[in-house]
Amino acid sequence: MGAITVEHISKSYGDIKALKDINFNVKSGELFGLIGPDGAGKSTLFRILTTLLLADSGNATVVGHDVVKEYKDIRKKVGYMPGKFSLYQDLSIEENLSFFATIFGTTIEENYDLVKDIYVQIEPFKKRLAGKLSGGMKQKLALCCALIHKPEVLFLDEPTTGVDAVSRKEFWDMLKSLKEKGIAILVSTPYMDEASLCDRIALIQEGKILSIDAPEKMISAFAKPLYAIKTNDIYETLLFLRKQSYTESALPFGEYIHLITREPMDKVEIEQQIKSENIEVEEVKAIKATVEDIFLDLSKTAETNN
Amino acid sequence: MFKVFKAFVRKEFYHILRDKRTLLILFGMPVAQVLIFGFAVTNEFKNTEIDVLDYAKDTTSEQLINHIQSSGNFIVNAMLTSEQEMEDGFKAGESKLIVVIPENFSADFYANKRPEIQVITDGSDPNNANTLVQYITQMVNSFQTEKTTDATSPFQIQTATRMLYNPQLESAYNFVPGVVALILLIICAMLTSLTIAKEQEMGTMEVLLVSPLPPIIIIIGKVTPYAILSFGIALSVLLMGNIIFSVPIVGSFGLLMLMCLLYVITALSLGTLISTKSDTQQKAMMTSLMSLMMPSMLLSGFLFPMSSMPKILQWIGHIIPTKWFIDILKAVMLRGVGIDFILLEVGVLILMTVVLLFATWRSFKIRLE
Repeated sequence: MGAITVEHISKSYGDIKALKDINFNVKSGELFGLIGPDGAGKSTLFRILTTLLLADSGNATVVGHDVVKEYKDIRKKVGYMPGKFSLYQDLSIEENLSFFATIFGTTIEENYDLVKDIYVQIEPFKKRLAGKLSGGMKQKLALCCALIHKPEVLFLDEPTTGVDAVSRKEFWDMLKSLKEKGIAILVSTPYMDEASLCDRIALIQEGKILSIDAPEKMISAFAKPLYAIKTNDIYETLLFLRKQSYTESALPFGEYIHLITREPMDKVEIEQQIKSENIEVEEVKAIKATVEDIFLDLSKTAETNN
Repeated sequence: MFKVFKAFVRKEFYHILRDKRTLLILFGMPVAQVLIFGFAVTNEFKNTEIDVLDYAKDTTSEQLINHIQSSGNFIVNAMLTSEQEMEDGFKAGESKLIVVIPENFSADFYANKRPEIQVITDGSDPNNANTLVQYITQMVNSFQTEKTTDATSPFQIQTATRMLYNPQLESAYNFVPGVVALILLIICAMLTSLTIAKEQEMGTMEVLLVSPLPPIIIIIGKVTPYAILSFGIALSVLLMGNIIFSVPIVGSFGLLMLMCLLYVITALSLGTLISTKSDTQQKAMMTSLMSLMMPSMLLSGFLFPMSSMPKILQWIGHIIPTKWFIDILKAVMLRGVGIDFILLEVGVLILMTVVLLFATWRSFKIRLE
């Protein structure tokens, strides 16, 4: 039995379709990532699964319980960390944690092993008010509070947004060790580079899932020829490449341009073509796709289909 | 479940004690209200300056002027000499009232020919003008009785007035029950609606809902500390009224507390109802101010007598719980009546509470929308 099953879930706010026919499932002990930009519908989906919102159509279950009829059972068994920091800013770390332990009918001591790894990092500041913590510490505390009752499924809505790079890495390490304890985790993130840390990911945009697979499978399944190009004038190069008949897409990626072509090409040939426009070329190389390349490619196809 | 409830109440006390704004409303406001209503806003007055235009200028008129001043309510600002000067004192804001004594005042007075004096007041402040006229009429009447008992006059009707329950006509007798009612409303209705709206605004309600806590425990846990605090504050306002302004509590203290409890429940359900309709603190604040505080202050008969209001405002006044509670408080505190005399008021308040509780229960959301 899956930890989470989602079947044909749709949800609208007035005329805006927030979710369109969403289907996926998460197995217990799986770290499942929901990857997509802001406004893709991730938080709406989280709220439907945590029984806070009702879907317009479709079914969903969490640990075997229906999200509408058996919402009370679900609320006992899941941990939820909303996208916005949702602890009491005027309570200290210790007070927050012990409050959430009590309302779930447990104590900090009882489930200390589960949160120990995370809690030791913030324990030196346990008397500090939650409102005065840094972004990373806030998220660690929120994770502790969501975990303190030993949930079977953990819902983390953008837990690393607004958190520094070091804390982000630490956070993902924690998720990995939690997963090993058999907890199913549904995590959403707008950061594509975090996708490869999940067991499986669903790419979501404008309320639609574009693709679901393990990140490495998704990458190896990407068959289109992809090149990274570095020149002294990114803008001119982009304009030039987008006019060429062999170009499927050309997009800026930091100091590189990622070029997808319709047919495999020789990188020397590409270099020569750009040079003929009086642009200095530093480097042209064939590369393996990243999740971001795949996401952009899929969302482009989705747009042209509409 | 009791442990959970205790944790909730403790958390709520942390919120209250760590928020300066809440503390100020809780403890500053009652004291400020009692002192403001007690000392600043009062219908009694002392040493009001008046002008006198005395055409008679004889012993009797002088005696009258002295008599008017003898009460301590009035003090003569200027003796005028002509009609032209009359408005000067009003315009300068120095005097509030002019007494004009005609030339033949003494002659008429002793000849029993209905002597007349003229009283002119500054009508730009009608309430004040009315009260002044009443006071001065009283003084003139008493002057007349005093004088005519010396002389013999067979046709004198003596009016003996007695103000029951408030012999000195102290305004504290009116405002202490009013302040108790307002304070309970502010703390129970406004603060609870604010604190629940705060959980919604900060997103903590989202986390609380996704927990095994039944929503009813969330609400009861949130309102209990405010109920306890407001009870303590209501008691101390009664005590302040008793000690500083010597407002007595004639009736049964137990009945009084029971009535306070009933009203606290009414106010709490009002506050919870408002919070279910407002997702931000600002909205909750505006709603409580506009729909609770304003009508309760203005239309409940606390500041202005209800009987002088237009019919439509009287009807509105009758659906305000505060009106009924003030009636109950006055009856029990000042007139010392038992429950059998206030059955109607108590019945109305209970009915209101039941309706409000039902409405709150119906509109409470177990989800976010």
